[in-house]
Amino acid sequence: MTILRPDPTYYPSPRMAMQAPKEKLAYVAVLNPNGRPDALAVMDVDPDSSTYTEVVGRVEMPVMGDELHHFGWNACSASLCPYAPHPHLERRYLIVPGLRSSRIHVIDTKPDPAKPHIVKVIEPEELHERTGYSRPHTTHCGPDGIYMNALGTPDGNGPGGVFVMDHDTFEPLGRWEVDRGPQQFSYDFWWHLGHDTMITSEWGTPNMVEAGLDPEVLLSNGYGHRIHVWDLRRRKHLQALDLGEEHQMVLELRPAHDPTKAYGFVGVVVSTKDLSASIWLWHRENDKWDITKVIDIPAEPAEPDLLPPLLKGFGAVPPLVSDINLSLDDRFLYISCWGTGEMRQYDVSDPFDPRHTGSLHLGGIARRTEHPKTGRPLNGAPQMVEVSRDGRRVYFSNSLYSSWDEQFYPDGIRGWVARADVDADNGGGFTLDADFFTDFGDERPHQIRLQGGDSSSDSFCYPS
Amino acid sequence: MSAAWPWLVLVLLGAYHGLNPAMGWLFAVSLGLQEGRREAVLKAFWPIALGHAAAVTLVVAAVLVAQVVIPLDTLGYIGAVTLIFFGLYKLIRRKHPRWVGMRVGFRDLTLWSFIMATAHGAGFMLVPVLLRFSGTVRGMGHPAHEHPGHGVHLFLTNPAALADIAAVAVHTLAMFAVMAAVALVVYEKLGLMILKRTWFNADLAWAGALIVAGVLTMTIRTTA
Repeated sequence: MTILRPDPTYYPSPRMAMQAPKEKLAYVAVLNPNGRPDALAVMDVDPDSSTYTEVVGRVEMPVMGDELHHFGWNACSASLCPYAPHPHLERRYLIVPGLRSSRIHVIDTKPDPAKPHIVKVIEPEELHERTGYSRPHTTHCGPDGIYMNALGTPDGNGPGGVFVMDHDTFEPLGRWEVDRGPQQFSYDFWWHLGHDTMITSEWGTPNMVEAGLDPEVLLSNGYGHRIHVWDLRRRKHLQALDLGEEHQMVLELRPAHDPTKAYGFVGVVVSTKDLSASIWLWHRENDKWDITKVIDIPAEPAEPDLLPPLLKGFGAVPPLVSDINLSLDDRFLYISCWGTGEMRQYDVSDPFDPRHTGSLHLGGIARRTEHPKTGRPLNGAPQMVEVSRDGRRVYFSNSLYSSWDEQFYPDGIRGWVARADVDADNGGGFTLDADFFTDFGDERPHQIRLQGGDSSSDSFCYPS
Repeated sequence: MSAAWPWLVLVLLGAYHGLNPAMGWLFAVSLGLQEGRREAVLKAFWPIALGHAAAVTLVVAAVLVAQVVIPLDTLGYIGAVTLIFFGLYKLIRRKHPRWVGMRVGFRDLTLWSFIMATAHGAGFMLVPVLLRFSGTVRGMGHPAHEHPGHGVHLFLTNPAALADIAAVAVHTLAMFAVMAAVALVVYEKLGLMILKRTWFNADLAWAGALIVAGVLTMTIRTTA
């Protein structure tokens, strides 16, 4: 347990982390709709290995029906932060919550990182009792503990919010918010450590999402359309930023990695005006936070025959931006369009003026674009996206959330993970890696975490 | 033993505390990097040193006051046992203070430094030296605990108290000098990649130092 030097995967700044060695393994949360428990799969992503692109390890959860979704590390580069340093705590455990079951699994990746095993399970009752929350969602390793958030309360209503876990014992310590202001909905959270600021986003309560996307709620603009700015030190709500009620479901938050910068990107799933999706930039001007739309992605017209019942009346496929990811140098933003089956790359060196530098297609509700390795039409589409620390490899999986998968891909999702390679030296652009395609069969891969860290695992206290 | 050794120990302990990234130089560097200017590094030294000195002073004062009611020999054993137990506790339960963030002013930084130094037992480490001063004074025929009730007057003319004030000053000065030197060299020249190579698990060494201080206190008591 005790190490004498800092964990080698910790880097003071995001740019320094880009010098990290290439990842050799990837951990993938796998949803299992077919009568088996969900699992954490280990993929070999080392091109020099004989089992390259194969699933080489697997941990099954002890109980069925967890709906594994997002997960994260117990510790990361935030351990180097100057005000609460603990660099000799290892990045070793994956904290894997069940979004539906509220059961939290602590999984040890040592001694053999390809054969992780469960060391602790926090039962839903304990989480409820200690925090008042239910449906744990996002995990981030913070400077002073493990931060998680949750979609709601045990009865399936709001408010959802943030709680903290001790990073030595993994005990949930309690609700984080001292003053939550008008915040009720929850989805993602992250922070600007250099500015002592937390940002949270809005999806809906468990009752609004668990049975599937509710068209009535959507058409009455009932899902979340705001983000919230918080004082991270005093745990108080500072400001709500409203994107406009037609911008439904404000999900993944990607603040600039450089702690001196006070801006970040957030994706909106769908506009009820025209089915478009959009990316917004939050930023601070003179101590006030503001938010502005910087990318618009329109819906694509499609033959009604190709559309699921939910979309037939519209004659179009919404892009459904479900995940975004920002490279560690804050240069490239990746956007998953889970409806249209597209992954986009933008150069966001000027965050107010993103330049579209690349696109690739795979799957999609109407397009069903095939992968060069298999040459058969794919369902699902780029969804959870993860960028390697050096910014050169982009991994993505195709499943969203069990009940929503059925609504948008009624023929059932066949799970897969693919990879794109980035041309970072020549101004951007990226191409699908023709050799990298892993078929998960009837299991559904969701979030991907890379061994040693990736572009959405670590937070940094020192600028690049 | 030479009369210089306690002062040398105070300087060395000050240097040791100054060298520990968790005691302040790293915070100073990070504030400089965050603001992008050297002045922010320099500005951080004062509150960090002040907080450290306050934490040490608290232990010094406690030892002085305790001498009024507890015989020096007993106090020595209490000090030794406390140090050893505190060191063992730090070996077994490695918790770290959790407080503040990156946006800190003078008051925050002073309080942070005070908490870090106190929680790490920085002042405790000085106990063998402090008791040595008191022991020397007793040897001169002026044991502090033989004059209770003379208040401030006694305190200021008590040679042990004066030596203790000098001890805080010497220790803090050494801590300040090393912290400042390390912070500036890292900020200007080395860069933070140095952390990955050089940040030894100070917790272990620190716990070890506390235990050594405890054993020393015990030895000094039995040989004085």
